[in-house]
Amino acid sequence: MPAKLLQVKDLYLHFKTQKGTVQAVDGVSVDMDRDDALAVIGESGCGKTSFIRAILRLLPRNVETYKGQVILEDTDIMKLSEDRFRTHVRWVRISMVAQAAMNALNPVLRVGDQVSEPLVVHQGLNKKEALAQAAEVFRMVGVAPDFLSRYAFELSGGMRQRAILAMALITKPDLVVLDEPTSALDMLTQANIMNVLKGIKRDLHQSFIFITHDVATTSELADRGVVMYAGHIVEITSAEQFFLNPFHPYSQKLMASVPTLKERKELEFIPGQPPSLLNPPTGCRFADRCHRRFEDCDQEPPMFALEDGRQVKCWLYK
Amino acid sequence: MQTQVEAQVQTSAPLLHVKGLRQWFELRKFVFARAGYVKAVDGVSFDLPRGEALALVGESGSGKTTLARTVLGLYKPTDGDVVFEGMHLKDLNFRQMRQYRSDLGYIQQDPYGALPPFLSVRSILAEPMRINGIRNKAEQDRRIKEVLEEVRLIPHTDFVHKFPHMLSGGQQQRIVIARAMVLQPKLVAADEPVSMLDASVRVEILRLLRKIQEMHNLAVIYITHDLSTVRYFSERIFIMYAAKTVEKAETESLLEHHFHPYTQALLAAIPDPDPENAKKFRDIPPGEPPSLVNPPPGCRFHPRCPECIKGLCDVEEPPEFMPIEGHSVECWLYKEGGP
Repeated sequence: MPAKLLQVKDLYLHFKTQKGTVQAVDGVSVDMDRDDALAVIGESGCGKTSFIRAILRLLPRNVETYKGQVILEDTDIMKLSEDRFRTHVRWVRISMVAQAAMNALNPVLRVGDQVSEPLVVHQGLNKKEALAQAAEVFRMVGVAPDFLSRYAFELSGGMRQRAILAMALITKPDLVVLDEPTSALDMLTQANIMNVLKGIKRDLHQSFIFITHDVATTSELADRGVVMYAGHIVEITSAEQFFLNPFHPYSQKLMASVPTLKERKELEFIPGQPPSLLNPPTGCRFADRCHRRFEDCDQEPPMFALEDGRQVKCWLYK
Repeated sequence: MQTQVEAQVQTSAPLLHVKGLRQWFELRKFVFARAGYVKAVDGVSFDLPRGEALALVGESGSGKTTLARTVLGLYKPTDGDVVFEGMHLKDLNFRQMRQYRSDLGYIQQDPYGALPPFLSVRSILAEPMRINGIRNKAEQDRRIKEVLEEVRLIPHTDFVHKFPHMLSGGQQQRIVIARAMVLQPKLVAADEPVSMLDASVRVEILRLLRKIQEMHNLAVIYITHDLSTVRYFSERIFIMYAAKTVEKAETESLLEHHFHPYTQALLAAIPDPDPENAKKFRDIPPGEPPSLVNPPPGCRFHPRCPECIKGLCDVEEPPEFMPIEGHSVECWLYKEGGP
C-alpha cells in the first residue's frame, strides 16, 4: 500500500495571550491520500486557519505549544529545521493560497514576476524560463498570458485570485492549501473559480485542503469533509455522507442552517455561541449548545471510528 | 394598534414611491475639469408598500447600496423622484429632512465597523433619540429597554453598560438593529445585515429581523448578494445589474421563472449543498460587469449574454416587459409578439 500523502497526528497549537492560553488547535488528527480534496468546515474562531498554518509552519511569535506530527509521505516535517523546511517543503511540496491574498499582491511589481518568483527561488530558473512556465499556468487557470506583464491594480478581483492560484500551482506541489479561496468574490466569479479548481483536480489530480465557512461552496470540490468546532475535529466523513446525512449534532445543526435555493426547507440556527478557546469547557465542547446532550457529555469524547469509514467525536456513537 | 383609517391609507398609497431615480457621481480631473460620471443608479422605479420586504440582489458595484442610501436621503439624487408618504424628498427643508430620517432606519453591513468602540450600548442607543428631541432620561431608558428586548438581548441590564468589543458578532449586529429601531421607523434599509456573520448565527438574525418587521408592519429594503437567503426573508426581489433593475418580481415567481439571462446565470451559479456539485461544471457567462462610467450601449448585459440579438440588444436599451402579471424584466427576449 502506498504511503498516505499527509498524516497529521495529535497536533496541538496553543497561543500565549495577555488573557491566557488560547487553545486554537487541540489534539487534531487527520490523514489524506493523493488526489483527495479535504474541506475543513467550521465557524469563525474554531481553529481552521490555525490548523493549516500549523501544517505549513507559518506561525506567529506568541506560540506557546506546538507539538504533534505532520508526516508528508514518509518525512515528519515538524522535525525538519526551519531552513530545510523552507527549501524542501514550503512552496516546493505544499503551497498555500492565504485568505484575501489577492489583495496582498505587490502593487509595484508586475504580476508575472510575482507569480514566477517561486521558480526562481526554489528551482533556480532564470527569469525568462520562469515566465514561460508562468504563462502556461496562467492558461491553466484561465487568464490570458499577456496579463503577466500587468500590475495588480489592472486586474479585477477574479483575475487576481486566479493569479494567486497560479502562484500556488507553479511549483507543481503535492498539496495546495486554500484558505477561503472564494469568500471575498462575487457570485459569478466564485462559481468561475470553483470551475477552475475542479478542472485542475480533474486534469492534474491535484490534492487540496481547503477551508471555508460556506457549506454550499464546499460541496463544489470536496471529497471529504472535516468539521472543526472549538479547536477540535468533531467529524471526518466522505462528502456524500456529510451533505446528506451528517452524524455529529453540530454538523447536523450546521447543515440545517444552510439556506437552499432550489427547494424551501425549515431553517434552523444554533442557539448560543462557540466557547472561548481560553478556557474551553471540559467534556464535549459542543455540549452546552447540543440538543442531544446526556450525562456522558461531561467527559470529553474520543474520536469513534465507525464501520463506513466515518469518524465522529461524540458519545452518541460509542 | 392599527385603526381602520390606517388600514385604508395602507392600501391606497405605497409608503415609498421611487420614479426614474438616477444617482450619478461626478468624476473630476485636476480638481476642476469634469471627467465624466459614475452612473451608480441609472433609472430605477418602484413602489414599496408598508410591511413589505424588498430584496435588492446584485453583485458588488451593481448599485444596490447607492440606491438604498439615496432613498435614505444620504445623497441628493441627480434626477428622479423619491416620494415618502406623499412628500417629495427634494422639497424637504432641513427640519423636515430630519423628521424624514427619523422615519427610516439603517442597518449597516459590518457591525464591527458600524458601532463606535468608545461608546457604551446605552449611549449608542440614546444618541438617535437625543438628536431627535427625546431628551428625557426616563423615556430614553424605557425605549432602550424596549428595543433591547425586541432584539432578544435579555435581560437588557446585562448589556446597556457594555462596550461593543465585549459583545459577540451576533450581539453586535443586534445592537445595530436595535439602534435602527429605536426611533420606531416605518422603513428600514438593511445593507447585507448578515454577510459578516457565521452561518449558524445568520438565520437567527434574519429571523429576528423578520419578526420585528411583522410586529411593526415595517417596510424593509434588504440588500444582499446571497440569493439563497432571500427566498426565506422577502416578498419581492429586484435583480440589479450595472445600475439598473433588470428583473423585478415576487420572490416565488422569480425563483420559478427567472426570465432575464443574467438572473438565470446567477441562479445557476449558486450551489445548494449537494455532493453531486463536485461532478459537474457550471455554466458561467464570460467577462465581468461593465464600467459604470461608460456602460455599453443598448442592454448592459449584452456583451456577456448568451442570447444577445445582434442589431437590437447592442443598440437599443430594452424597456420593461411584463411576461407575467407583476413580473417585469428589462430584456428584448420578452417583447410582446417576439423580439
